[in-house]
Amino acid sequence: MSAHAEPHEPHGPPPIHYSSRVSPAVLGMFLFIGSEIMLFGSFFTVYFFDRVVNNGVNGQWPPPPYERPVYVALINTLILVTSSATMHWADTSIKKGNRAGMQAGLVLTLCLGLSFLLTQVIEYHRLDFNTSDTSFAATFFGLTGLHGAHVFVGLTILLVMTIRAFRGHFSPEHHHGIEIGGIYWHFVDVMWIVVYVTVYLL
Amino acid sequence: MKNPFRSEADAFRFVWLTIGFFALIVIGSLIDRWLGLAVFAVLALVALWWFFRREEQEPPVKQVPAASPPDEHRILVVANETVGGPELLSEISERSAGKNARVLVVCPALNSPLRHWVSDEDEARTHAQSRLDESLGSMRNAGLAAEGEIGDGDPIQAIEDAVRTFRPDELVISTHPAGRSHWLERGVVDKARERFELPVTHVVVDLDTAVNDDSDHP
Repeated sequence: MSAHAEPHEPHGPPPIHYSSRVSPAVLGMFLFIGSEIMLFGSFFTVYFFDRVVNNGVNGQWPPPPYERPVYVALINTLILVTSSATMHWADTSIKKGNRAGMQAGLVLTLCLGLSFLLTQVIEYHRLDFNTSDTSFAATFFGLTGLHGAHVFVGLTILLVMTIRAFRGHFSPEHHHGIEIGGIYWHFVDVMWIVVYVTVYLL
Repeated sequence: MKNPFRSEADAFRFVWLTIGFFALIVIGSLIDRWLGLAVFAVLALVALWWFFRREEQEPPVKQVPAASPPDEHRILVVANETVGGPELLSEISERSAGKNARVLVVCPALNSPLRHWVSDEDEARTHAQSRLDESLGSMRNAGLAAEGEIGDGDPIQAIEDAVRTFRPDELVISTHPAGRSHWLERGVVDKARERFELPVTHVVVDLDTAVNDDSDHP
């Protein structure tokens, strides 16, 4: 009886090659943000279509008797912009090795994000129209609700980040979770500014 | 192309840019609806102009490679279709004569923009690899210690990558003659001279002449 060793052949797919300019992670982020912009874009298209075609009542937008809660939304805008600043504080803190600063920044961002969402829920309850009332109401709830869903996802990510931060998971060298979560949170903030200006102000 | 969402700090800056962008539009539209629309159009055009202008005017990053071992002379050769050209071979032979020379040939995997953005580089890399294999064979036959690798589709990026890993003492770029070379049109040689603190030699390889010479002397 004889035995012989077969030369070891590597298994699996060939090694990945990609351009040093466009890494899969960056391309993934591009595609993700692109898909999000398309999603919001479709909702904005419906909103502007409704606004241009129906043109309110006698040129008045929103069509009477509806009123948009501009000032409550302005406070919400300030809350969300502040939360972006606290998110940035958390990120710069961990880059400098300031763990307490990162934890405080994340907790503040989480609280501000929750305040935004709660304010929006209260605002919905106080509105004198509902989704099925008119096309204006439907598009209003569609756009603000879509953004609210993104805030909810952002808050879930923030919660995970905060728990990890308090368990000592991040360091000045390894803080990818804070970086990516922060980018998402700023994206949500940017989208709110667009929603606020187009739906509430213009 | 720099992705504005590459880092958290970039994204945070983008938030403030967005606020400024829309604040101007709102102020314009409060004065007059059409003024708001005009402000939007102008700002959108300015943003687009700035984005593409920035791409063109991005300042070069000086690359200062660390010195190679004192007894070794490292030559980085960047060439694509001209990689097997006789002018290039004789230039490398001349530069490495009497030295403990180590040659790295980088062959950029040239690709169409569409294929590049969808990361479909297999065909481009296969073509580049076959050219590289042929060229390395010729160099080894000429007694040169040459190794090779496939580089990024952008020749400047391919050089930058190789400078970081190979740490050459000099750089040789091979192109087609002026008028037929895309690299010369894009100013690859000038950009390389500007960006890398290395002696840069530009070798012009006329493949048509080489073919004619071969046919004259079978």
